[in-house]
Amino acid sequence: MSAALAQPLRWPAEGNTRVPFRVYSDPDIHAREQERVFRGPLWHYLCLEIDVPNPGDYCLGEIGEIPIVVTRDAEGALHALVNRCAHKGALVCLKERGNAEALTCVYHSWTYELDGHLRSVAFRHGLRGKGGMPEDFDPVKHRLQPIRLATFCGLVFGSFSDMTPDIETFLGPQVAGVLRRNLGRKLVRLGRHSQIIHNNWKLYAENVRDSYHATLLHTFYTTFKVNRLDMDGGMILSDDGRHSLSYSKRGSLQESSEYSGVHSAQYKSGLHGPELLDGFTEFDDGITHMIQTVFPTLTVQLTLNSLAVRFFTPRGMDRTELFWNYLGYADDPPERTALRARQANLTGAAGLVSLEDGCINEFVQRGSRGSPEATEFLEMGGRDVASSDGSRATETGIRGFWQAWRGLMGL
Amino acid sequence: MPAPDLAVRAEALLLAAAHAIDDDALESWPDFFTRDASYRIVPRDSHAAGEPIGILSCQGQGMMRDRILALRTANIYEPHTLCHVLSRPVLTDMADGGVTSRCNFALFRTQQAGSTELFAAGRYLDRMVEEGGVLRFAAREVVLESRRVDILIVLPI
Ligand code: FES
Ligand SMILES: [Fe+2]
Repeated sequence: MSAALAQPLRWPAEGNTRVPFRVYSDPDIHAREQERVFRGPLWHYLCLEIDVPNPGDYCLGEIGEIPIVVTRDAEGALHALVNRCAHKGALVCLKERGNAEALTCVYHSWTYELDGHLRSVAFRHGLRGKGGMPEDFDPVKHRLQPIRLATFCGLVFGSFSDMTPDIETFLGPQVAGVLRRNLGRKLVRLGRHSQIIHNNWKLYAENVRDSYHATLLHTFYTTFKVNRLDMDGGMILSDDGRHSLSYSKRGSLQESSEYSGVHSAQYKSGLHGPELLDGFTEFDDGITHMIQTVFPTLTVQLTLNSLAVRFFTPRGMDRTELFWNYLGYADDPPERTALRARQANLTGAAGLVSLEDGCINEFVQRGSRGSPEATEFLEMGGRDVASSDGSRATETGIRGFWQAWRGLMGL
Repeated sequence: MPAPDLAVRAEALLLAAAHAIDDDALESWPDFFTRDASYRIVPRDSHAAGEPIGILSCQGQGMMRDRILALRTANIYEPHTLCHVLSRPVLTDMADGGVTSRCNFALFRTQQAGSTELFAAGRYLDRMVEEGGVLRFAAREVVLESRRVDILIVLPI
């Protein structure tokens, strides 16, 4: 460890406009995050309700380094449990998704109800009167650790902290409104994959709040002239600054809606397959692109008609797994599903406008890891944490992330 | 079993398409497909579940050319090369004179820093048809064993 890392981190006096690179490489910070952020007073995404539609369904999730299993009991109630056997700590559920009447640990067959209560212990009374648990063994004292659970618009969240406010308060009215708009109908899963990116999870949390980079790094739109730089858009922050919404409207297409059936407008794009960008109007607010972040590790995306829930989670200090869940609505006719499938090419691990994010955060990790005491400079769009309606040339969303993270970490 | 000549040409098509990618002759890659061929990269689980969205899809040569154009002119990524190792295919005749093929592959990626690593493994599920005496892919489904991609996918597989 360098001499600089031996000292406790002191945040630069400039506040949220400076971020010491050390936050991406310091093992002490990484360990403290597990407690303050991942087990802190926040709601963490676990899975989708459609992952556990029926009684007995279960689905694995995670909060930081802690494995979680979400179950639906016989009465239909959801439970979030730490997936750690009360006996010797083995994973109880192994399959990513399944259906079971009870949860049995494979190691010594302790069996739990779907709400986590211990149902039975193998050989509790021994065999032929010999062995077994002591007389005073109390099954009630040994159960899977439950954590708090909340659902909102088909998203399932968990929290370790009693201090976490209810989910609507946590999200705030703006985020709740966006989630209702995009996810407030019966959902179906259209696809799923994940990506390992070689950087600290917070670099991706910054990246999804970085509306400044979007048209600069992701040159597909501009190279193929399929996106207007002058369209209306903005960056809206929640009151506490931790959640952000970057949105835009393909305003010019709106203006010329009578040309929507005319192919020339699309041939100008320079694409051999211009149907990639064919879309349909789904909402009457004119917004065609939304990146809604929910602190700390969730993003809900609507890119044209491509709806996805992204979730990212640390896999060590300099590895992050990024999950892409592509969704549609249960009442989508087949043409709409096909269109969403085509537009899914814009995002994901091979996304025409998102694949750069698979490597750009690694470039920051590699560029900065030898300089823990150097800092990021985040003054685009000012120095404050406030919504920036009308301009996305701003880093206000990133400053909002650091304000929230620092608050939790006491830095 | 296809006629010996057709089997030889099917194997040649599988190898030529893989080598075009390995040799950075990407502009010729769409020519291995028919005009409205479909091409899809999809994780094994999504394939089994019949999910409509995988990791990448092209409907028609136009979208394939756009992919190549995009990676040449627009996309930003660290330079790397790919090396395919293919199994012998299992070929089946189709009623329409075409052939279906299953061929397993291992795909190694070499980054500019020098490491060569297994990047993907899986199977090609292909439908090949004869067009003016040339065998081409009418549909190609690249089924990846893993749903987890290391860093990104930009070159076709
Ligand atoms: S560790 Fe689960 S029963 Fe022993
Ligand atoms: Fe990006």
